[in-house]
Amino acid sequence: MRCTVCRGQAVIDIPRHHSAFCRDHFFEHFRSQVRRAIREWDMLAPGQRVLVAVSGGKDSLALWDVLLDLGYQADGLYLDLGIGDYSCRSLEACQRFAQEHGATLHVVAVEERYGLPVPQLARANRRATCAVCGTTKRYTFNRTARQLGYDVLATGHNLDDEAAALLGNLLHWNVDYLARQAPVLPARDGLVKRIKPLYRLGERETAAYAVLRRIDYVVDECPHAVGAKELLYKEALNLIERQSPGSKQSLLFGFLEKGRQFFGIYEPPPLRPCAECGEPTTAQVCAQCRLVRRAREAVAALKPLRRDAPADGEEER
Amino acid sequence: MLSFKRVRAVRVHLRGPRRETLELAGRRTVAQVLAELGIDPGTVLVIRGDELLTPDVVLGAEDEVEVRPVVSGG
Repeated sequence: MRCTVCRGQAVIDIPRHHSAFCRDHFFEHFRSQVRRAIREWDMLAPGQRVLVAVSGGKDSLALWDVLLDLGYQADGLYLDLGIGDYSCRSLEACQRFAQEHGATLHVVAVEERYGLPVPQLARANRRATCAVCGTTKRYTFNRTARQLGYDVLATGHNLDDEAAALLGNLLHWNVDYLARQAPVLPARDGLVKRIKPLYRLGERETAAYAVLRRIDYVVDECPHAVGAKELLYKEALNLIERQSPGSKQSLLFGFLEKGRQFFGIYEPPPLRPCAECGEPTTAQVCAQCRLVRRAREAVAALKPLRRDAPADGEEER
Repeated sequence: MLSFKRVRAVRVHLRGPRRETLELAGRRTVAQVLAELGIDPGTVLVIRGDELLTPDVVLGAEDEVEVRPVVSGG
């Protein structure tokens, strides 16, 4: 297979673009898609400080790499979720990347900050780990970015992620989410501006970029992702994409250009400071404070049982 | 006298949930390997050493490739 641009040996084919690229022209394609996303959605202005939420996976590290490569002042933020060996390997991947690129990495540990790691927070709240993880990430990323004085928070969501989220929102007619689904969420009332500069690139492209740039990312999935709805939506979309290349892009880009405007009537709910932590929320107490409070109550309820338990070597009568 | 002829095969290392190593005898393209394994080419990268392979690349005996999933979520 030949590179569409120079006729050299291709390293990747992109059926939705009817293209294939050699290594150098693939990098050019990747950078030009990110530049276009940033320009068209007014994501970043020169001189702005951007904080990249990094997980150690291909998308976030590829995003950090390309933003640095394009000359942006981009630092990383890793949230240690406390998911055993997976979190240890993820942190190492982020630290390695930061060291190799001479970049700044901030690390926040969920257990240190909230008293319990994410799986235990979820168990104490009797909620799915992914739901608790999502709430904790959104809260901590925003709070940290604002406290550290960053103008913009960037996440590694790619075209596949966004198309899958859109399909999920359409299947359930989540009109509030549909009204806000965009590659940019502007800053408002304590929420830092959020951007998704990879939304024009498929996840096969972000993985290829990471491999070709020799980024040592964590290949294995989070152990809690098994059975996640997003994976089901991706599977369905990939089935369609295989028969009809370009379908995912058409779904997402078509929505952004033509469909999204119809959901503009659904105004985002007003935000006010959380009564406990001061972070923006639609309720009196924010979701994160409620999570932590319920977890503390659950742990406190367990403690008396532990005190009553027989000591080692003591027989129960 | 018996003689043993070594079967020359393509070694395929599958990453992700289906973590295993397979040996496929004979020459075939990357696309054929993925079709035989029932893998959607849009969901993986095929890597040989530090190079990415397009679907038309012919894999010969003694070739060793990694099939790395790219779908993430949760």
